[in-house]
Amino acid sequence: MRKVKIAGTGLIKVKEYWDRSIQDLFAEASLKAIKDASIGDLDKVYVSNMGAALMQDQLNLATILTESLGKPGLSATRIEAGSASGGVAFHEAVQAVASGYSDAVLVTGVEKMSDILPDVVTTGLAMAEDQEYTAYTGVTKTGIAAMIHRLYMDLYASPKEICMMAVKSHEHAVGCKHAQYPFKMSIERAMASPMEADPIHMMECSGIGDGAAALVLVPSDDEGVEVAGTAVSTDYTSIAQRTDPLEMRAIKDAAEKAYKMAGIKASDISLAEVQDDYTINGILGIEGLGLAKTGEGTKMVNNGDVDKDGKTPINTFGGLKARGNPLGATGIYQLAEVALQLQGKAGDHQVEGAKIGVAQNMGGMASICSVNVLRRVGE
Amino acid sequence: MSVPRYWRNEVPRYRLQGEECTQCGAKYFPARPVCTCGSTEFKPYKLAERGVVVTWTVISNAPIGFQKYVPYVVALIELEDGCKLLSQVVDIDPAEVVDGLKVEAVFRKIKEDGKDGIIQYGYKFRPIIE
Repeated sequence: MRKVKIAGTGLIKVKEYWDRSIQDLFAEASLKAIKDASIGDLDKVYVSNMGAALMQDQLNLATILTESLGKPGLSATRIEAGSASGGVAFHEAVQAVASGYSDAVLVTGVEKMSDILPDVVTTGLAMAEDQEYTAYTGVTKTGIAAMIHRLYMDLYASPKEICMMAVKSHEHAVGCKHAQYPFKMSIERAMASPMEADPIHMMECSGIGDGAAALVLVPSDDEGVEVAGTAVSTDYTSIAQRTDPLEMRAIKDAAEKAYKMAGIKASDISLAEVQDDYTINGILGIEGLGLAKTGEGTKMVNNGDVDKDGKTPINTFGGLKARGNPLGATGIYQLAEVALQLQGKAGDHQVEGAKIGVAQNMGGMASICSVNVLRRVGE
Repeated sequence: MSVPRYWRNEVPRYRLQGEECTQCGAKYFPARPVCTCGSTEFKPYKLAERGVVVTWTVISNAPIGFQKYVPYVVALIELEDGCKLLSQVVDIDPAEVVDGLKVEAVFRKIKEDGKDGIIQYGYKFRPIIE
């Protein structure tokens, strides 16, 4: 297998783009990444997207979007894995270069959620769950996270301690040019927001936004940011099928596999991006990555370990909560942010001396999870 | 919801029927093609109709088709035979639901697919009155 590096990154601000199409967003982020990479020809495009079939009535998406780059003939594949689409598409793109089949791969995540009404978003998010026995009950994505949130509260932490996850993500987003909500949010405001699905408050959930993020992958020349480890793992889709509903096996399993490939331990990690689409999910991400023991994720969030100058900074550009969560694009945003950190290009968000960064991106209630490890190499 | 898609789930949903692996005895609801032991041989299994609430939520922001029931309770329920499933819990004020609440299965309307579509039925659970 060849080593793979990230040659270029391209991000656009997450927001509601009423006047622009999914092609427009895709092209802007992709062209930025291609320019940043300063490469000639691409030979493969991966598109990560969750909901275009529902939101834009569009299938054959990879073809439609690749066409907007003005280069007919390119190989193009769309990857859909619910909210994990980005991390899973990256996992596939890495393999394309590592195998020697492709030499310059563009992987772009894009989602345009503002083309549909909020109740369709709620319905669409539940489409990542089994339709016949889970969505059938009327439960929502938030509702499933809420049931896990309650179990966690019963055993390990107070509602306020869990809610701090959202406060921290907002703190980290301040000054971030591509963040949807780059401002602080107080714990009081979050705890006073209405219940979305009891015990989850509205301000503990990521919002609705449009976005696109792109990366260019090439064979490594031992300089820059390499892909040290990449893994995807799945679990029973329904929490009812799992022996212990609180155990997020797919996160742990993907982390173990990715760390093994990278030859690292959790303690070697300089910074991490976790899937805080809900506060509880952020906590479970921290624990699943082995950065805190089971039941101790909230301690890490509350004692400052996740801060920019803390033990392991988490969600350094605001995470899903504050940078935004454009579903299929989210996993690529995470990886682009980790890459910027390792390149020393994170500006005010820079974690000093960052050498190894991890991105954890999951779909459903961790029914699928990708963990990707990036490492700075060379000078 | 297409008619065949609805029809092929009628027995599991109307009778709370899953499957039991004939090799290792593992019980599944809903049924699945392959057991974790590797077996593909199953026999029908009727689930227990009573159980307890393990965890629950109150849905305030519902998917299409469920809005008129808001706020409603969805719970993870552990049945007396150890099987677990997700279901709405009805006939109770959401504020009165607690962990460990004893519940029993009832046959209820789930939702209507618009004015001309299928009226979907199936299981919900309600508190047991001792």
